[in-house]
Amino acid sequence: MLSRVASSLFWMSRYIERAENISRLCEAGFRISLTPKVGGGHKEEWLSTLKSAGVLESYLSIHDEITGETAINFLLFDERNASSVKSCLTSARNNARIVRTKLTRDMWESLNDTWIALQAVSPQSMTNARLPDFLDWVRHRTAQFRGALLGTVLRDEGYYFSQLGAFTERADNTARIVDVKYYLLLPDHQAVGGAIDTYQWETILRAVSAQRSYRHIFHEDYRPWRVAEFLILRPEMPRSLRFCYDWLNVTIDGLIERRHPELSAAELIRSTHQLLKSSQMDDIFQAGLHEFLTDFIDRNNRVTGNLAVDYCFAQAA
Amino acid sequence: MEQTVGQRGIAREIIFNEMIGPEGAPRSHYVTLSEWLEQQPSRELRRKRTEAESIFRRLGITFAVYGSTDTLERLIPFDLIPRIISAAEWRLLERGIEQRVRALNAFLLDIYNRQEIIRAGRIPADIILRNDAFLPEMIGHRPPLGVFSHIVGTDIVRTGPQDFFVLEDNLRTPSGVSYMLENREAMLHLFPELFARHCVAPVQHYPELLRQTLEAVSPVAPEETTIVVLTPGIHNSAYFEHSFLADQMGVELVEGQDLFVSGGALYMRTTRGPMQVHVVYRRIDDEFLDPLTFRPDSILGVPGLMDLYRAGVVTIVNAPGTGIADDKAIYSWVPEIVEFYTGQKPILQNVPTWRCAEPEALSYVLDHLPELVVKEVHGSGGYGMLVGPTSSKKQIEKFRRILKARPSNYIAQPTLALSACPAFTKSGVAPRHVDLRPFSLVSDRVRIVAGGLTRVALKKGSLVVNSSQGGGTKDTWVLTDE
Repeated sequence: MLSRVASSLFWMSRYIERAENISRLCEAGFRISLTPKVGGGHKEEWLSTLKSAGVLESYLSIHDEITGETAINFLLFDERNASSVKSCLTSARNNARIVRTKLTRDMWESLNDTWIALQAVSPQSMTNARLPDFLDWVRHRTAQFRGALLGTVLRDEGYYFSQLGAFTERADNTARIVDVKYYLLLPDHQAVGGAIDTYQWETILRAVSAQRSYRHIFHEDYRPWRVAEFLILRPEMPRSLRFCYDWLNVTIDGLIERRHPELSAAELIRSTHQLLKSSQMDDIFQAGLHEFLTDFIDRNNRVTGNLAVDYCFAQAA
Repeated sequence: MEQTVGQRGIAREIIFNEMIGPEGAPRSHYVTLSEWLEQQPSRELRRKRTEAESIFRRLGITFAVYGSTDTLERLIPFDLIPRIISAAEWRLLERGIEQRVRALNAFLLDIYNRQEIIRAGRIPADIILRNDAFLPEMIGHRPPLGVFSHIVGTDIVRTGPQDFFVLEDNLRTPSGVSYMLENREAMLHLFPELFARHCVAPVQHYPELLRQTLEAVSPVAPEETTIVVLTPGIHNSAYFEHSFLADQMGVELVEGQDLFVSGGALYMRTTRGPMQVHVVYRRIDDEFLDPLTFRPDSILGVPGLMDLYRAGVVTIVNAPGTGIADDKAIYSWVPEIVEFYTGQKPILQNVPTWRCAEPEALSYVLDHLPELVVKEVHGSGGYGMLVGPTSSKKQIEKFRRILKARPSNYIAQPTLALSACPAFTKSGVAPRHVDLRPFSLVSDRVRIVAGGLTRVALKKGSLVVNSSQGGGTKDTWVLTDE
C-alpha cells in the first residue's frame, strides 16, 4: 500500500473518531449547563469542556469571553477550529476522497452523505432546542461510518491503518477528559462527596457514554477512584486507555503478520500496553494521576510520530 | 485547401434527428424506445431523474470546475434517455475509428523516427517541427509495439444518415470513460425493463481491456508487471475518473510524490518499502512529467522519469509527445495522414477546416465570421472560441481583432448541424444536439468498446456540449445483431 494512502486512512479514521468525541463532550457540557445548581456556574463547565477538547487556547485566541453559545459554535462549526465537528468531518472526507479506491462503497457513501447533510446545517439555527438532535445525529453518523467500515472493509493493511488512527485518537481523547477532571478524582476529595460531585462524575462517564456500564461493572455509586479505574484500566470499557491499547496491540500484530517488519511504533505500543496491563489504580494515585496521564498522552503522541516514520507517512504528507 | 465551399453548407438548417426519420416515424432501431417513451408519464421521468441525481451525488461522480466559487464539485447533468446506435452504424464507426487510430499511431512513430511523411512532401515540415506539442526528446524513440497513443477518445458528430465527422482526435489523455461506465450502471439500475427489450452491447469490461492493454506494452512479462495510474491529485477536474480507473483495474493511484527513481528503476513508496513500477498510465500533461526534462518548477511529476522511459525500463501511457497528433493545427492534415499510412481513403470525414495561418483561408474566415466556429489551435474545453451564429456583432468584431493579431493561433470550421437526440428537458422530451466520444485501446490490436460517451447540449439550440460549458451526458447504446 502506498504510504500516502496509509496515512490518509489513518487520518480519516482519526477525524471521524474526533468528531464523535467532540460531540460527546459537547453533550456533556450542555447537560451540565442545564443544571444551574451545580457549582461553578455555566462558564466553568464550558471552560472545562473546551479544555477537555484540547481547544481552549485556540478558542481564547478568537474569543474574549466563554459563553455557551460561542463555545458550542466553536466546538461544532467553526472552521478556524481544526477540531470542530465540521472541520473533522470535512478533513475525514478529504482524506477519504484521496483514498476513494481503498474505501468500500458503504464507507464512502456514509461519509459523503454525512458531509453533504452537514453543508445544509446552518450554525445560526443551532438553538438549545435543536442541539440535542444535532449531537445525536453526529453520533449516529459516526457510528454508521464505523459500522460500514467494520462490516464491509477487507481486513488488509488499509483496515489496520484505519484502526491505528481510530484508537490512538480515542485513547488521546479519554486521557484528556480524565486529565481535565483529575482534581475531582483525587482521593482527598473522597470526603467531599455529595450530590454535586456525584453529578460531575456522572458527567465524565456520560461524556464517554459509560454511566450505565459503570454500574454493571462496579454495582455501586459513582466513586472517583472507581471512575478513574474504569476509564484507565478496565479492559471491558471500550473507551478506556487499556481497551484502546489492547486493540492497538492486536492491530500492530496484524500489520506485522502481513509481512510488515516490527518497528519503533510496534515497540512503543507494546510497552505502553504492558504498562496499562500491569498498573494498579492505587499506585497511579500515589505517583500522581496527572503525571501518569501526561506521560500517557505523550507516549500516545509518540506512537503517531513513530508510525509516520516507520511507514513513511512523513515523506508522503 | 481541400475543403470545398460545397461542403461548407452542410445543411445547417436541416438537423438530423437520430430517433425520428424524415417521414415522422421512428427509425427502426428506435421503435421500442420511442413507444416506451410515449408510455412514460412526465412525473415518472422526473422521479427517475431525481433518483439518478442522488445516485451520482452519493457516488461522488463529480468534476471540479475551475474558477467557480460557489461549489468546488459539480455533477455533470445526466440525461435519462439513451442514445441508440444501430449495429450497422456502429460497424461503420468502428472501421473508421480503427483506421484513423492506426494511421495516427503510425504517424507518431514516423515523425519521431524516419519522418517519411515529411520527406515525401505530404505535410509541411514546419507544422510539425515548430509545433509546441512536438517533443524533440522523443526523436529516435520506439515505444513497445511501436504504439504512442494507447488510449484514444475520438470525438464524432453526425449530420446525416451516413455523415459522420471527426471533430477531434484525443490522443493525449482523453477523459470521460468513467462517465460512459457509470452512466450505464445508473441506467441498468433505473430502467432494467428497457434493457430487457433491447440487445445492448456491454461496456463494463473496459477496465479489464485497459489493464490488458497496459500489460501488453509493459517492459516485463504481464504477470510481473506493476501498473500505476498517475494523477495530478484531488483538485484535478478528472480526479474522479483517475481514481475510478485505478480502482476498477485494481492498481495504485499515485501522485508524483509517491514515485521516485533510484538505481535505474522507478519505485513507489509503500508501507513495506519501495516497490518497482513498470507501466505508468499518466493523467498529467507532458510538460509536468519530469522536472529534469521539462518544467523544472513542476512538482506533479517524477524527477528522472524520462531517462527511464527512454531506456525502456518504464512504459509511459500515453507516450510523451502524442500531443502532436491531436494538435488542432495538425487536425486538418489527418485525411492526408490516413491516406499516407493506410493507402486507403478515410472512412470518417474531417470537418472542413480553414487554417488561419494561410492568407487565403484567413481572408475567407474574416469574411464569413458570423457563420463559422473559430477555435484556438491549442485551446480546449470550449474556452477561447467564437461560435459565429450565436454571437453578437460586438463579440464578432472583438474576435476579428484577436484573430487578425495572431492568425496562426486559430482555425475555423463551419458550424455543423449536429444531429439531435431526444432528451428529457424541463418542457418534456425534446431534441437536443449530441456528439459522441468512443474510446479505443491500442496495443498489438485496436479494441473499441461498443459505445462511448454521448455528450448533449442541454440548452435549447446550443451546440456546445462541453461539461465545463453546461453540457450533459447520456448513456450510449450500441445494439447488437440478434
